[in-house]
Amino acid sequence: MIEHLPALMIAVPLFGAFVSPLFKKKQNIVAIWAILITAVTVGLSLLLMYQVRLNGVIVYVFGADKPTLVLPSGYKVPIRIMFEIDGIGAFMAISATLMSFVGALYSYSHVEGESGLEKYYALLLLLEVGILGMVLTGDLFNLFVFLEIAGIAGSALVGFRNYRGEASEAGIKYLIVSSVASLMVLFAVGILYGEYGNLNLAYISRQVSFNTLDMIAFGLLFASFAMKCGAVPMHYWVPDAYTEVPAGINPALLVSTYASLYALFRVSFTLFANISISLARVGWIMSVLGVLTMFIGVTMALVQKDVKRLMSYHAISQTGYMLLGVGVGLTVLHDPKALAEFGRTAMAGGIFHIINHIIYKSLLLMTAGALFYVTGTRNLNEMGGLARKMPITTLCFIVGAAAISGLPPFNGFASKFLIYESSYRLNPLLAVFAMVTSILTLASFVKVFASAFLGPPLEKFENVREVPKPMIVAMVILALLCILFGLFPDVVLDKLVYPAVDALINVAQYQSWGGLA
Amino acid sequence: MTTTIIKTTTKILTPLILVFGSYIILHGHLTPGGGFQGGAVFASGLALLIVANKYETVKSLFEKAPLSVLESIGAVGFLGMACLGFAGYTFFKNVIANSGFLLFGGKTPSGINPGYLNTGGTLPYMNIFVGMKVLAGLTSIILVFFLIMRRERDEW
Amino acid sequence: MNGNIWVNFPFIVVALLLALGFYTIGFKRNLIKVVIGIEILEGAVNLFLVALGYVRGGYAPIYTLAPSEAANPQNMVLPTPQALTLTSIVIGVAVSALMLAFAVNIYKHYGTLDVTKIRRLRG
Repeated sequence: MIEHLPALMIAVPLFGAFVSPLFKKKQNIVAIWAILITAVTVGLSLLLMYQVRLNGVIVYVFGADKPTLVLPSGYKVPIRIMFEIDGIGAFMAISATLMSFVGALYSYSHVEGESGLEKYYALLLLLEVGILGMVLTGDLFNLFVFLEIAGIAGSALVGFRNYRGEASEAGIKYLIVSSVASLMVLFAVGILYGEYGNLNLAYISRQVSFNTLDMIAFGLLFASFAMKCGAVPMHYWVPDAYTEVPAGINPALLVSTYASLYALFRVSFTLFANISISLARVGWIMSVLGVLTMFIGVTMALVQKDVKRLMSYHAISQTGYMLLGVGVGLTVLHDPKALAEFGRTAMAGGIFHIINHIIYKSLLLMTAGALFYVTGTRNLNEMGGLARKMPITTLCFIVGAAAISGLPPFNGFASKFLIYESSYRLNPLLAVFAMVTSILTLASFVKVFASAFLGPPLEKFENVREVPKPMIVAMVILALLCILFGLFPDVVLDKLVYPAVDALINVAQYQSWGGLA
Repeated sequence: MTTTIIKTTTKILTPLILVFGSYIILHGHLTPGGGFQGGAVFASGLALLIVANKYETVKSLFEKAPLSVLESIGAVGFLGMACLGFAGYTFFKNVIANSGFLLFGGKTPSGINPGYLNTGGTLPYMNIFVGMKVLAGLTSIILVFFLIMRRERDEW
Repeated sequence: MNGNIWVNFPFIVVALLLALGFYTIGFKRNLIKVVIGIEILEGAVNLFLVALGYVRGGYAPIYTLAPSEAANPQNMVLPTPQALTLTSIVIGVAVSALMLAFAVNIYKHYGTLDVTKIRRLRG
């Protein structure tokens, strides 16, 4: 069964998603079914990472006689859909499955009283299938199909609470942006298919050249994937969508946004790898976009009153850190001395920041969900003095706020330090912006802490108690991961992040299907 | 809302539409068509039935029809057909084609031929399961819209 | 150029439909018209995909009861873009159904379908 592992990673959650609507009458069993399926998928993804570190690039061809039969006899080009998994694909798969498991555990008690729960868990598992398919595939059209699956499932979950009008408004905004971006991706895929006659990522990356049509396709792909991950000119859907979604889905929706970021990196580093002249300019565009995103995100976050909306603006600004780190790496990709000095560290910082950000942002949004569960409101002006009644939630919030501001023993510090020191070598102004953003982030989280948790307790929150156990367990798991990744960053960098960075830089291994053809 | 013209036309046309939809699903490996197209035609036949009858009749009839069970059967069946390839080959491999199995397992002639129904392997099975899922899904969508935006009385 | 100018006619139509789709999404005030704009955009991309596979003087890529000149596979139109277009049409159906469901719910809660007035989430 080990050789069928890539196919099992799609088949198991898909089976879980298809069986879920059958539990219409017994709605307390479907949550346990979802937790079981996501736990099995976490185990499978850890096994997949182990296989990738052992064997290099893994290739799985669908519908062939053997899983590694890339070129059947008599054919010179690959004709079947295949999954091609390297270091960064396995890294994103681990974060996707872990966050779906934590989200399902949290949702066991967060959405307990609502109706239509079997559809909720079916959509959560479909969202997980969409993300996993996007990060594991090696075929362009397959990327489009899984991108659409994740977009539709995500927007249906944003509008889940249909007794509120704002949820449907946020849902239709997210769906319009998502479908326009996906249609432009399909248009670019059509251009590339019409030119080269094949849809395989590794095959096209060998043939791509510097003519007008390819530049148009690259521009469309870059702009569409930047639109789907919330970079600055097109960030308007992010606060609405992250505010209205139920808090158990927030981890999975975050990973879906960063899967589009992964697709952006895949297109820039692997698909258009042969064009060395203009990649430096694209790297500068990515870094400047990152700095703009950081700054606009944090300045708009300072004036918010709704606690989840404030955290979503911070999510936008932290995406800027990742774009900055990898953009610096892309700028110096074809300069071997600078690459060895600071390019590789910058990319490691950017990619490490992806998993760090997913962990602490999910933790913060889940504490905001706990506040909503307990008080019934999200407005900061109406809350106060909850620290004595909800001690564990307060502790998790402190861990999350310290991590996002980059204070030392937590994981935010490790990745932000890597980004600061390497972007300073490229241009000092970029590092200055990054540090100012960090200080403003700390300021806004001090404000949230003071309003929601400190102060004298109000009368209307007199008989408020701590939130139920599954929510506590989910939050404590993430807080422990924050502390562990902060205390031992070397272990994580060595085992998870540097294989991903090397997989993006060394294109030859990907282009030859891991040495198979 | 119904009129006399719609009621009379429905009595004649609906069986024809349903049979035509099933024909498109079943012959998907020989002529243009397949799972989604046949399922969509079948669902439009059922939509004609929904539009042409009174609100109470439609509600009482479709409360008993197991539409979401049909949808799940179609989906799990499709996945099961794909998982048949795990024993020895890869996921989604066509293991029944040209193998002499009783249903849809005959040998495929090459070149121009008049089209034999007994060939195709896992393709007709997948077409049938996808057709079941699509007809259940599209009919549920139309049913939900009809039940939300109902008319209080039949006009005319 | 090689040949006549009418070979490029489908692609000119694709460009016109793209412009029309983007205009409708950006500048119309009714929510249903925005949804129709997305459908126009999807139709344009599907037309682009199908028009890529054309072979001049080709037959449909089916072997059942085909005319005898179609025995040579060089005379058949490419079948892969047709499969891609079919997948895209199915995805378009799902997206339209979901958008219309959201529009019905918005009308129930806000009482209007004017895009400039559906702005409770602001800031």
